[in-house]
Order: sequence, then structure tokens, then C-alpha cells
Amino acid sequence: MSIMDHNGGSVVAMAGKDCVAIASDLRLGAGAMTVAMNFEKIFPVTDRIYLGLTGLATDITTLRDRFRYLVNMFTIKESRSIEPSTFAHLVSSTLYSRRFGPYFTEPVLAGLERTPSGGFKPYIAGADLIGCLNFAEDFIVAGTASDKLFGVAEGLWEPDLGPEDLFETISQTLLNSVDRDAYSGWGAIVYIITPEKVITRTLKGRMD
Amino acid sequence: MATADGGAYSYSLTVFSPSGKLVQIEHALAAVSQGTTSLGIKASNGIVIATEKKSSSILIDDSMIEKVAVICPNIGIVYSGMGPDFRILVTKARKSAQAYWKIYGEYPPTRVLTQEIATVMQQATQSGGVRPYGVSLLVAGFDVNRGPTLYQVDPSGSFWAWKASAIGKNMTNAKTFLEKRYNDDISLEDAIHTALLTLKEGFEGQMTEKTIEIGVVTVPTIAELEEGKVGGTTGRVKPTFRKLTEEEVRDYLAL
Repeated sequence: MSIMDHNGGSVVAMAGKDCVAIASDLRLGAGAMTVAMNFEKIFPVTDRIYLGLTGLATDITTLRDRFRYLVNMFTIKESRSIEPSTFAHLVSSTLYSRRFGPYFTEPVLAGLERTPSGGFKPYIAGADLIGCLNFAEDFIVAGTASDKLFGVAEGLWEPDLGPEDLFETISQTLLNSVDRDAYSGWGAIVYIITPEKVITRTLKGRMD
Repeated sequence: MATADGGAYSYSLTVFSPSGKLVQIEHALAAVSQGTTSLGIKASNGIVIATEKKSSSILIDDSMIEKVAVICPNIGIVYSGMGPDFRILVTKARKSAQAYWKIYGEYPPTRVLTQEIATVMQQATQSGGVRPYGVSLLVAGFDVNRGPTLYQVDPSGSFWAWKASAIGKNMTNAKTFLEKRYNDDISLEDAIHTALLTLKEGFEGQMTEKTIEIGVVTVPTIAELEEGKVGGTTGRVKPTFRKLTEEEVRDYLAL
């Protein structure tokens, strides 16, 4: 079994109309044994960007701390908050700086990008463990249930969903995918990011 | 203790004199004020930076002298003082801009790049075995966060944002001239003419497209910005800073 699958866990992000969503399961495992059911994998970067990290748990916490440091330094130095597209490149270059001894994580990020005219545009992106960025207009999946997430998201996602419809879509996508994956599950957490506010909801799934 | 030659504190190492002065930095500023005049003016829709390009002999091929340098597509700088020192700073600034691009996938905001250059210049006032840079710089650039901005950097490593400033030989006169001429809603075209007029004040010899260098920042429209950013585009960004060609300078001088 790959080291990427050792702790288990999955993340999915989706773009809606003037909003984005990102969700993950809550399981932390050691192989087939479940160790914890409150292991969060999604972290706020700014009030408009959330970063999800799948893969090896130790690298998830290390990278969470590292990105917090890097974004804090950016914010102080440039006296402005970082934009999703800029942060995506920061994630990419940080991971690629460890090209030959990588962090075993696949990040997913969701945010709202400020447009030059003053509005907001949904922005989601994913990367592999060495930082190859993947931009998408619809959804991004990662983790041990990524193949299932791909299939369900392909079937459920549709363009221009509002915040509540997007919540329903991403929740159903995640819950139904992790039910078919032994290494993901044990509840889920969903973030809906809108220009005004971020809605956080925790979900119960099949708790077995 | 600040005698003309710097007295006992005029070592190559920058040492405080008892009066609290760093004589080496003052000497560097003296080197700047012997250099040719450069100036920058911020307009409502852009910035102009300009300098006179004077060669000591008519035999010098002045087509290869470059005093206005492009650092990255959105930032350009001009200097007064020592040419070789400027060249080193240009190289460092360009590397710094590209390093920023490699991390963030975009070019640095003007303020960040300026701070980076200023840090290099400050370090030369505190390190052993080096002397301060003998140049003052005018940094003009555009970024979406602060719009068009104009900064001046001095050999001490301090920097300020200006609406209009001048450095070099006639800086005092040029600044007085700019103070009289400047207003907040001046257009870029007017600013270019004001820049040429200001340079003309202290100009020795003939002002031609060969003896003047001009760089301009043009503020892009929202539509142009919208096109350039957002999404995973990998195309090159449209430059907002550019140097005027000799033909363009000639046209401005003719008016």
C-alpha cells in the first residue's frame, strides 16, 4: 500500500455561482485501523481561501503550519491578503522545492478571487504531491476515495449552483463516495465560501 | 568632524562619527548629486521617468548607454550617480523579480521590489569590505493593489513614495520647478512634457532623442486587467512599463 493511503482521507472542492465549496471526511487511520474520527484536513488560509490536504497525516500538519507561516509573512510584507491564484502558485512552488523528497500530500484549494472590477470569481485548484497544478471550472478531488469522488461528482455537479444547492451537491458527492472507500469516512465537514460569509457544517455519515 | 574629506571617519567601513553621521553615506550622496539629473512624475493615468544621457566625448557610441532599465513587465527604474553600481543593482533587481515570479506566478508589486532593492543598498552600509552604492534610484511601476507608484531609493537604503521627484545634479532646482508645475490630475502626456521641460532647465548642450531617455508606466483599463488575470492562464502578461523609442522621444521634443 502506498504511503499516500496509509492514513486515509479524502477532500473534494466544487465551484458554484459566486461561491465555492470544499469538504472532507474526518477519519484518521493507520492502515485499516481507525485511530480518530475528528481529524480535520481543511484549513482556512484567508477569510476567502480554504486549503484541503490529503495524504500522509504528519505531512498534512507540517504543511498546514508551513503555509500558515508563509501566508502570514506574505500578508505582513505586502500588507494585503493573498489571492487564491497567488496562493495556488505558492503551494505549487513549496511542494516542488521538495521535488526529490516530497511531502506525501495532494492539496486541494477553494477560494474566491477578487476580479479587477471589484467582484469575486470562484477559484478551485488541486495539485499532485510535487506541486503540478490542476485548475478546474467544476470540481477537484483528492485522497483515497478520489476515484469514487470523480465518478459521483461527474454525475451530480452542474454549473451555476447557489450556496445551498452546492452544499447539497458536495455533501452527497462526498458521503456517497466515502461509503465505498474503507479508508475514508467517519463523518464529514463542509465549508461553503460566499463573498459575504463562510458556512461551516459537520455531517454524520455511516459511522462504521 | 564632518570635514570636506570626511576626516578620521572616512574609512571604507561605514562607521558612525561622534555627531551620529555616517560619513560614507554622505559621500555616496555627494556622488549622486554629481550624477546627471533624473526625474519622475506620477500622472493620473501613468508615470513618466526621464533622465539626461550625457557622454563625455562625442566619440562614444551613445546608442548602447542604457540609463532607464526595465526590471520586469510592470516595473522600470532610472538612476543618478555611478553607472557601474546601477548595473549591479539592475541585475539584482531583475533576479529578485524573477525569483518572486517563480514562487507566486506573478511579478512583484512595485513596493515589494523597491523594498528588496532598498535592502540590498542598506546591506552595503553595514557589511564589511564594501562601500555604499553610489546611486539614487527612481522606481516606477504598476500593480493591481496600489496602482501606479513612484519610489525613490537612496544610498542609505531609505525609500519614499513620491508624486514627483528629481535626483542628481540639478535636483534642488528641478524639484522646485516640479513643485510649481505639479497638480494631482495631470495627464501622462502633460507629465511627459513637464518632465522634458524640467530637464531642459539645467540641461547642458542640445536636448535630442540621443541625449534623453524616457520610460513610462501606462495604467491598464479594467478590461485589460480582467483579460490578463483570473484563471490558469500561462501566457505572458502585457507590459505596463516600457521605454520610449528614439522616434517617440523625438516626437515629444518636437512639440
